[in-house]
Amino acid sequence: MTIREIQDEIIEEFSQFDDWMDKYALLIDLGNSLEPIDEKYKTPQNIIEGCQSRVWLNAEMNNGIVTYQGESDAILVKGIVSMLIKVMSGHTPDEILENDLYFIDRIGLKEHLSPTRSNGLVAMVKQMKMYALAFKAKNN
Amino acid sequence: MNTINTEQIRADFPILSEKIYNKPLIYFDNGATTQKPQCVVERIENGYYHLNANIHRGVHFLSQKATEAHEAARQTVADFLGTPRREEIIFTRGTTEAINLVAFSFGEAFCSEGDEIVISVMEHHSNIVPWQMLCERKKMKLRVIPMNEKGELEIAVFQQLLNERTKLVSVAHVSNVLGTINPVKDMIQMAHRMNIPVLVDGAQAVPHIRVDVLDLDADFYVFSGHKIYGPTGIGVLYGKEKWLNAIPPYQGGGEMISTVTFEKTTYNELPYKFEAGTPDYIGSTALAEALKYVLKTGIDQIADYEHELTDYATERLLEIENVRIIGTAKEKSSVISFLVGNIHPYDIGMLLDKLGIAVRTGHHCAQPLIDTLGIPGTVRASFAFYNTKKEIDLFIEALKRVVEMLS
Repeated sequence: MTIREIQDEIIEEFSQFDDWMDKYALLIDLGNSLEPIDEKYKTPQNIIEGCQSRVWLNAEMNNGIVTYQGESDAILVKGIVSMLIKVMSGHTPDEILENDLYFIDRIGLKEHLSPTRSNGLVAMVKQMKMYALAFKAKNN
Repeated sequence: MNTINTEQIRADFPILSEKIYNKPLIYFDNGATTQKPQCVVERIENGYYHLNANIHRGVHFLSQKATEAHEAARQTVADFLGTPRREEIIFTRGTTEAINLVAFSFGEAFCSEGDEIVISVMEHHSNIVPWQMLCERKKMKLRVIPMNEKGELEIAVFQQLLNERTKLVSVAHVSNVLGTINPVKDMIQMAHRMNIPVLVDGAQAVPHIRVDVLDLDADFYVFSGHKIYGPTGIGVLYGKEKWLNAIPPYQGGGEMISTVTFEKTTYNELPYKFEAGTPDYIGSTALAEALKYVLKTGIDQIADYEHELTDYATERLLEIENVRIIGTAKEKSSVISFLVGNIHPYDIGMLLDKLGIAVRTGHHCAQPLIDTLGIPGTVRASFAFYNTKKEIDLFIEALKRVVEMLS
């Protein structure tokens, strides 16, 4: 599936709920289902410090495909991390760099990504793209 | 016995009848900022519509009127804090600017290498960083008063920290995270026995308890307008005349001068020496309006009522399994910080928000305190006199639901 298709699928999944609490219940489920990050990657270098919660992020590239691992100490943030990884993982650096992330806005969770929220997610999205950029440079 | 008529009071605060996500707003973030009564907003509006002219220098009618209003506001603040000398009241942008002013000007006049400043472990960043900057500038040392497990300052240790190198003590009257009311009067006495002046950060105190700077014998006392139902961008530095006269101006510009030549400038007298530039005369008059509103309601009545709310909320919170109250000092203001099990405060705050309840989560600009406690932050509910027990019931109900979702 393309980055676009995965995003559309997530939007579809969230669209069945009108109530905020139902959306957040789904987000909590997603957070709980996120595969825990390998302990060896929970290093200070991989930490993205937010004002409210912490996010860890690691990235690897094998055969031109980038995979991400991430985690957070807050479950709602973890839910968004889980979606970001679902969307961004398994693609080439070019695909990751070319695609806009529109799903968070569309499912109504934009506030988690607002710069004032400072929960480490804005920095995480930036860092995911930075990894892709670094892998791309390395490839060339 | 309380004489607070919340129904009547709530009618004075239009924002309290707003809906958030289609749910009635329950505002429990009063420690961060308070809502404004209509009279304060009207005072601002009226100021710009009918009283707007630059003060202290105009010969014309409006300027005269605006000047009178600004100086009357200064008198209101002086009365509110209990000083008979209105020139001891300096308008600042807020608590932060007031502390920075003292850290800079007092530092310039009285501090040198090897000297020490004493603060406490429960300070807000605004009562840490300005002193750190001073310490860096002058190669001085910052000493920190520790606290016990209930969140009360270790007064015996405080006494030991004071020595001939101590130049100033700067301490919160009320902790914005723990709600602890610190025994500042006793601490000031102890410091004064060694001729050490004390600054009290009253940002979290003035809205909730009676403050009398003469009774406290505080050398400096600071607070913010917006935390006591006044506008943002205006705050107060009270300083004893002898100290304010002994320290140099903080900023240079208009208003604060007596005569200016290119060779030498002489400074204006108090309080103008510390009010460079056009002061916020609209803000000052609106702040005075807010203080009058508080006085009219009765500061002791407010304190009693908020105490009752805090006790009730604490009792109800403890019904919930695994709730841990952070800060259980004997003397406490209307702030409750808590955690539930291992649930991250951010998660609780976000979900409560969706139910229309505004609380604060995180480190509350007191990172060193949160680190000392070894927790990721807290959820903080802070009450004002317009909050009700019914709101607390709704909050507890919502919290139970949120905790169940997150467990």
